[in-house]
Amino acid sequence: MEFLVKAIVFLPLFAALIAGFAGRAIGDKGAQWVTTLALIASAVLSWIVFFKVGFDGAGGTYRIATWIVSGTFDGAWSVRVDTLTAVMLIVVTTVSAMVHLYSIGYMAEDPSIPRFMAYLSLFTFAMLMLVTADNLVQLFFGWEGVGLASYLLIGFWYDRPSANAAAIKAFLVNRVGDFGFALGIFAVYMMTGSVQFDAIFKLGPELAKQSFMFLGYEVPALTTICILLFIGACGKSAQLGLHTWLPDAMEGPTPVSALIHAATMVTAGVFMVARLSPLFELSPTALAVVTVVGASTAFFAATIGLTQWDIKRVVAYSTCSQLGYMFFACGVGAYGAGIFHLMTHAFFKALLFLGSGSVIHAMHHEQDMRHMGGLKDKIRQTHALMWIGTLSLAGIGIPFILGTGIGFAGFHSKDIILEAAWGAHSGVGFYAFWLGIAGAFMTAFYSCRLMFLTFYGQPHDRHHYEHAHESPAVMLVPLYVLAAGAVVAGIAGYSIFVGHGWEGFWRGAIAMESSKEALHHAHEAPWLVKLLPLVMAVAGILLSWWFYVGSKANLPQLVSATFAPIYRLFYNKWYFDELYDFLFVRPAWWIGRQFWKKGDIGIIDGVGPDGLAAGANRMSGILSRVQSGYLYHYAFAMLIGVAVLVSWYMLSHGR
Amino acid sequence: MSSWPILSLVTFLPLVGAAWILVVCREDETGANNARHAALWTSLITFIVSLALWAKFDPRAAGFQFEERLEWVPAYGISYHMGIDGISMFFVLLSTFLTPLCVLASWTAIEKRVREYMVAFLVLETLMVGMFCALDFVVFYLFFEGVLIPMFLIIGVWGGKDRVYAAFKFFLYTLAGSVLMLLAIIAIYYQVGNTDIVEAMNFKKLTFEWQFWLWLAFFASFAVKVPMWPVHTWLPDAHVQAPTAGSVILAGVLLKMGAYGFLRFSLPIMPLASEYFAPLVFGMSCIAVIYTSLVALVQQDMKKLIAYSSVAHMGFVTIGIFVVNVQGVQGAIFQMLSHGVVSAALFLCVGVVYDRLHTREIADYGGLADNMPRYALVFMVFTMASVGLPGLSGFVGEFLVLTGAFKANTWVGVLAATGMILGAAYALWLYRKVVFGTITRDAVRAMTDMNMREVAVFAPLVLVTLWMGIYPSSFLDMMDASVGKLIADYDAALKAAKATAMLGR
Repeated sequence: MEFLVKAIVFLPLFAALIAGFAGRAIGDKGAQWVTTLALIASAVLSWIVFFKVGFDGAGGTYRIATWIVSGTFDGAWSVRVDTLTAVMLIVVTTVSAMVHLYSIGYMAEDPSIPRFMAYLSLFTFAMLMLVTADNLVQLFFGWEGVGLASYLLIGFWYDRPSANAAAIKAFLVNRVGDFGFALGIFAVYMMTGSVQFDAIFKLGPELAKQSFMFLGYEVPALTTICILLFIGACGKSAQLGLHTWLPDAMEGPTPVSALIHAATMVTAGVFMVARLSPLFELSPTALAVVTVVGASTAFFAATIGLTQWDIKRVVAYSTCSQLGYMFFACGVGAYGAGIFHLMTHAFFKALLFLGSGSVIHAMHHEQDMRHMGGLKDKIRQTHALMWIGTLSLAGIGIPFILGTGIGFAGFHSKDIILEAAWGAHSGVGFYAFWLGIAGAFMTAFYSCRLMFLTFYGQPHDRHHYEHAHESPAVMLVPLYVLAAGAVVAGIAGYSIFVGHGWEGFWRGAIAMESSKEALHHAHEAPWLVKLLPLVMAVAGILLSWWFYVGSKANLPQLVSATFAPIYRLFYNKWYFDELYDFLFVRPAWWIGRQFWKKGDIGIIDGVGPDGLAAGANRMSGILSRVQSGYLYHYAFAMLIGVAVLVSWYMLSHGR
Repeated sequence: MSSWPILSLVTFLPLVGAAWILVVCREDETGANNARHAALWTSLITFIVSLALWAKFDPRAAGFQFEERLEWVPAYGISYHMGIDGISMFFVLLSTFLTPLCVLASWTAIEKRVREYMVAFLVLETLMVGMFCALDFVVFYLFFEGVLIPMFLIIGVWGGKDRVYAAFKFFLYTLAGSVLMLLAIIAIYYQVGNTDIVEAMNFKKLTFEWQFWLWLAFFASFAVKVPMWPVHTWLPDAHVQAPTAGSVILAGVLLKMGAYGFLRFSLPIMPLASEYFAPLVFGMSCIAVIYTSLVALVQQDMKKLIAYSSVAHMGFVTIGIFVVNVQGVQGAIFQMLSHGVVSAALFLCVGVVYDRLHTREIADYGGLADNMPRYALVFMVFTMASVGLPGLSGFVGEFLVLTGAFKANTWVGVLAATGMILGAAYALWLYRKVVFGTITRDAVRAMTDMNMREVAVFAPLVLVTLWMGIYPSSFLDMMDASVGKLIADYDAALKAAKATAMLGR
């Protein structure tokens, strides 16, 4: 077991090193296959570990080496495997393996293939370190490691200014989140004297009763810690306020968007909340915050998704919104449901992104949906596969039959989340439920809008249309694999993640008490609640069809003109970028310039050395016209200073 | 072997090399070349000998090791007393590690007066090592001040256009503080009766009033050296004008002298005053972190940007020292070592492109990733180390300092932690402008990637950065006992003072 897990984690690292440093020696092909095969091996091993842990009850923590040890502060390199980790392992390695394979085709014409493959594998390694962490510091290592990989991959085409800007933005906005995360770690260590998960969890109930002084206020310890850590989660998972980097991150190559900015890295925040659920469940306030932020993001991002034209940005906002669902699932205590959705989402969202990539590839790197249209006959397989992803995202299925209903993956996982939100019977729970329902409607609408604009109607760009071609097999195979996941992951996972078998499956990897209650209430939700999400999804699809295919009038234009202010608000992303630019970016540069020109050069140097020099020059001119040595005057001035000090000292302290 | 005066050997070996160069090498091209080789070999041998210190160092012992003591001026209790503990050992190694790299980095960049240049560097090495080993105030002071002379010359003779202004600014700033320190040392002598540092540490009879004034006098000297805000303005000028290797030593070792002084003198000898003044240090340090980070953001000169970032990073160090808990102090020492390596490497990175294009303007570059992929990788490693990415050296120190600071005072922890964000902003901005983008100028397009000599300079730095980031225990374990003793003594002194105060009442 120990060997298996270590192999899973380190195979991608070795592959990255080989592709990165020996890229020239082994060539593009070599780099592609070394990394892809390593990832496939890693994925196979992950599935073995998943079955061993999930069903045979294996697992444990294996130490690799000491890392940062200082006093009682002990962050070790280790791998921890429990059910939560095992789920993340299969999600990360499977999607990553598929993305590696897909990249062989998608990036075939890029001049720096080894670099790209090395970055992808490096990312996977960091992500695996993140999910296998046994303490907060290693979690932070993985956290920042995936941030680095994301930065490098967003800016992969470094000759594009927009890509560079997006890369820096992603890193910095994430750093703002990490600032909160780091403070959370400091606070945990201050209060518990440890950073190791089990030790912290053991002290959780104690912590809930304690308080500490934070910035001059007496604050409840546990709630403050959880909220600080949650700020980190918001950064990584692009939640409201810290979401601005994610849409820009679409500057990166599309496989990157699928792997990092849809399936894995952005879910790290959800993983973190689930991992620390033994702490979160003890703080109702923190959970309420998680719920409200999650629900608001789910709604807010969906509104923007309705109006975007860039095919990747639509999917990006959709990701943002779906992450919101995962968070409010955790917020109402249904951690299992949150992780369930994380898993199904990884499959159908990676599918959608790679499908979009296939479209973009077919269209010769055109991303604007206004230039597409009618592609369904040109790229049939992609078209069919994209529908699977879309229906899964929209949450289509047949409820009530076979006990839990039967449908696409997203149907199962989204419904249980909404039921849990309802079942919480709290103010924030209802808030999340209704925003989630509204979000479900919009999700169905915008994802079908994407389909209709891209694949139906008349082609808008004849030239591109004529040359559109289906992608090679190396790109289609991953799509089929992910599509299989998008179909069956829900049916296969329901019982063990959130159904009858959940206790035997999770076995303490997530907070059991609150999960029990949340799932119990979720299953007891009235049938209307269970039906509503589906009704909304179908309504969204039909309306979308009416807007973009059925109606003869130009409905979208009409609606956007009628509700122009709201449309502009959505289209301009609620003006978050403009606001932040005004509040933070420009002031930082302005203040920096003031500090430099006025502070350093003006005041400090002006009064200090330059002023003294000028003063000494004047003095020397007065005192003596004979001496004019530069150094001499300084020394003289200093001597006087010393003399004054000595005499003053003797006068005040002397006997 | 153990009876060998190994510290003196490490300290004065470079001087032997310097003498050899002066005597043997002539003032022509062959002489210059011989001088280069002689300096390289001398500094390499010194480094290898200094590794013996690490190998033979006993990490469980908190006190000084490899001690040497010779009577010097018995009448005044002055002796030649050397020794190192877990705190100073790594600074000796840092000095001996960086010197050969400096020599190598100056191989072709320095064309005039090569002989004298190499001599200056070897003398500088002796003075740096001696300073970190000295256990007598007079010996310490001589080395501490002596360092100024070769550095002053290196900037003033081999520097850039405004080198004379910068050299004087550097010299006077630092000397101004030092004069006060000399007074303080004299005062300590009158109190203790001799000039032994260890005895001063164990003296423990200084009243608060004495500590108060002594602390300020030492502070004046050390704060300039660190440099702390607002006495930092000499640093950007000195760096910009200094030759590359000068910047390396300046950022790598000389900036550590002030913080080392706080650890060696302020905390052990003046614990009460250290506690009293800690808020002042915190305030200045937090300002340093935020203020200089913002200033770094708007710089147009590569070296100035890195110089300002040094001030910000040293702000973490002074915070860590004065929170006086295990994480803070160990983090501060680690941060100093890491900064010694990383900032040195960053200045060397500037040197690589400066040697090719002879400009430090950020705007003159762009798109180097295209024709200098090796350079792009190396620069990225050190940019990330400077940003504090976990897995590289910068993270460990920064994170430990912040952990310790948060424990001591949440305000300090929070304000200093903003450096995590700002530090990333200017570092990534610099990298983007220099390495990313498209090449627009022919001169830039003609630049060649790093040659083997440059690779040889950077390879050890990259390895050490990774080592420190992945397995910092090699370093933290060595300093554990000494830091533990430092803190225990400090706490005991505060406790004793409180007990006395209670009795008095």
